[in-house]
Amino acid sequence: MMPVHSVSIKDLAVSFGSVDVLKDLNLDIADGEFLVLLGPSGCGKSTLLNCIAGLLDVSEGQIVIKGKNVTWDEPKDRGIGMVFQSYALYPQMTVEKNLSFGLRVAGLPKEEIAKRVAAAAEILQIGPLLQRKPGELSGGQRQRVAIGRALVRDVDVFLFDEPLSNLDAKLRSELRVEIKRLHHKLANTMIYVTHDQIEALTLADRIAVMKGGLIQQLDEPLTIYNKPRNLFVASFIGSPAMNFLKGEIVTQGAAPAFRSGDFVVSLDGYESQEPLTDGAEVIFGFRPEHVSINDTPGPADRSCAASVDIEEPMGSDSLIWLKIAGKPASVRTEAGRRFKPGDNVWLTFNPAMASVFDANTENRI
Amino acid sequence: MSTRPSIGEPRGRKPKRFLSPASIMIYGILIVAAIYYLVPLYVMIMTSIKGMPEIRLGNIFSPPVEVTFQPWVTAWNSACTGLSCEGIKVGFFNSMKILIPSVIISIIVASVNGYALSNWRFKGSEFFFTALIFGAFIPYQVMLYPLVIITRELGIFGTLTGVIVIHTIFGMPILTLLFRNYFVSLPPELFKAARVDGAGFWRIFLQIMLPMSVPIFVVAVILQVTGIWNDFLFGVIFAGTKNFPMTVQLNNIVNSTQGVKEYNVNMAATILTGAVPLLVYFFSGKYFVRGIAAGAVKG
Repeated sequence: MMPVHSVSIKDLAVSFGSVDVLKDLNLDIADGEFLVLLGPSGCGKSTLLNCIAGLLDVSEGQIVIKGKNVTWDEPKDRGIGMVFQSYALYPQMTVEKNLSFGLRVAGLPKEEIAKRVAAAAEILQIGPLLQRKPGELSGGQRQRVAIGRALVRDVDVFLFDEPLSNLDAKLRSELRVEIKRLHHKLANTMIYVTHDQIEALTLADRIAVMKGGLIQQLDEPLTIYNKPRNLFVASFIGSPAMNFLKGEIVTQGAAPAFRSGDFVVSLDGYESQEPLTDGAEVIFGFRPEHVSINDTPGPADRSCAASVDIEEPMGSDSLIWLKIAGKPASVRTEAGRRFKPGDNVWLTFNPAMASVFDANTENRI
Repeated sequence: MSTRPSIGEPRGRKPKRFLSPASIMIYGILIVAAIYYLVPLYVMIMTSIKGMPEIRLGNIFSPPVEVTFQPWVTAWNSACTGLSCEGIKVGFFNSMKILIPSVIISIIVASVNGYALSNWRFKGSEFFFTALIFGAFIPYQVMLYPLVIITRELGIFGTLTGVIVIHTIFGMPILTLLFRNYFVSLPPELFKAARVDGAGFWRIFLQIMLPMSVPIFVVAVILQVTGIWNDFLFGVIFAGTKNFPMTVQLNNIVNSTQGVKEYNVNMAATILTGAVPLLVYFFSGKYFVRGIAAGAVKG
């Protein structure tokens, strides 16, 4: 049986004059999936969302929503609801009128409108605010109303364009959980654009990491985090960021190893996609939490000595900066442990959790 | 023991000197500028409430010994413009007949123009806009003769309709610019949200954009009212003798060559003519400045 796709994007391209914003983009989003489009600004993620919404004309390709080709359809005919970063509430209308505007435009009967508005207000707990104007609401309440406006439309696909970026850190994390809860409750397809990797990792069923109008990697959050397909994804995802060392592959005993100057670490246990050939120039990447700091040496083939440069206590854990093979690198450790600059420690690596990239193509090997 | 700060040690709000050199300069210049503009007005008002014998004494700055409002009544009711002696009220009502339709039509058309140019970009819309703005810089005089011919061929030369059409056309560039810049400054996401909600061109304009645009409409009304009211050239050319606006009538009263120059009547007629734009500025100056700033800076 064919898998049911809620949204399918086929060979999509968008160009403004001579600038190609999106090229040859293919994406299938399953029914009820939460897909996050993640990337730095200018990567085309918002452009893609606007194309799906029908707010932007595509140059090439097709957009199919629920089996219907909507490439040339008006936004209202696509079965989508959209939430914007700046809320985009109609300032002169009350919350109730804001919620019902689309339904009134569509000419629904009054009782049906009242029922849907009440249901949305119930889900989002904005009942007491219905008679207020947007100017009298806080940022979090406004964004809730904006979500409600998408909710009342009773659509298959929700589109979020950086909905939390205008909120302060505390509200952002609260509303993030609420959006996730909403997704569980409604089981709609949701497409969510953000540049915030925490939002992406916490919300997504799958993340599409974008750069330069291309999808760099489309995978589940943990796969993206642990097995980034290229150097860009590896450096974009993760905070504190992944450490990188440039070097080459050597053979150490029976197993391949990574060498950079005097620093050698075994790659025994690393699941490579291509054979690790001797002498190949590579970039070795490891996340701060995949290295342990000890007072004594670990297994000889995956352990090295280092001296502490500086420590950054973060409350829940600490980030220790050291020099490995002459390059600064960071390692995460428990909050209770304190280090002074100049302390000599032993680091133990975990090859299974490392990433190795071809130095030329920057792809994972 | 705590040491208290001694008197004279800086603490709290920094004291401001009342008469600093800067404030003397600023107030000095403002006062001079105010006098410069108020003295003529003072002379006009004083002259308009004096009788002719008093005026002939030549003390234009002295207040009237005997206050009379007869010059005002004469100016309004029975001053002579050329052959007819019906006062400037004829011009006042003519100006109103020109002003009201011109303002309403030009603002309606320009606001829709500005909205379309900012939110519904079409192929060539940028060119259209540039051409329109370019039109604002062409001197009117260049277009007078062709326009006379065009209106004559259309059969509206020398009619109210003719002068209204001319005012509407010449108001278009600056008003469209004003509205376009205002609509561009509104968040584009509002427009997108309304489209997702299914609203079309007119519904978005009337239900979303218009309620947010009151300040810029006030500015447009002020611009057009003062511009059209003060117009002389188009009125004298296109309106026809029957419909001469107030400015033209005023000129005819002041410059009439027969008889004695009635300075008091002339002054009263001039103040009456200037009263409309003056009142408009007086009651809406705040909006005017605000709107010009909002509309003109961005874009």
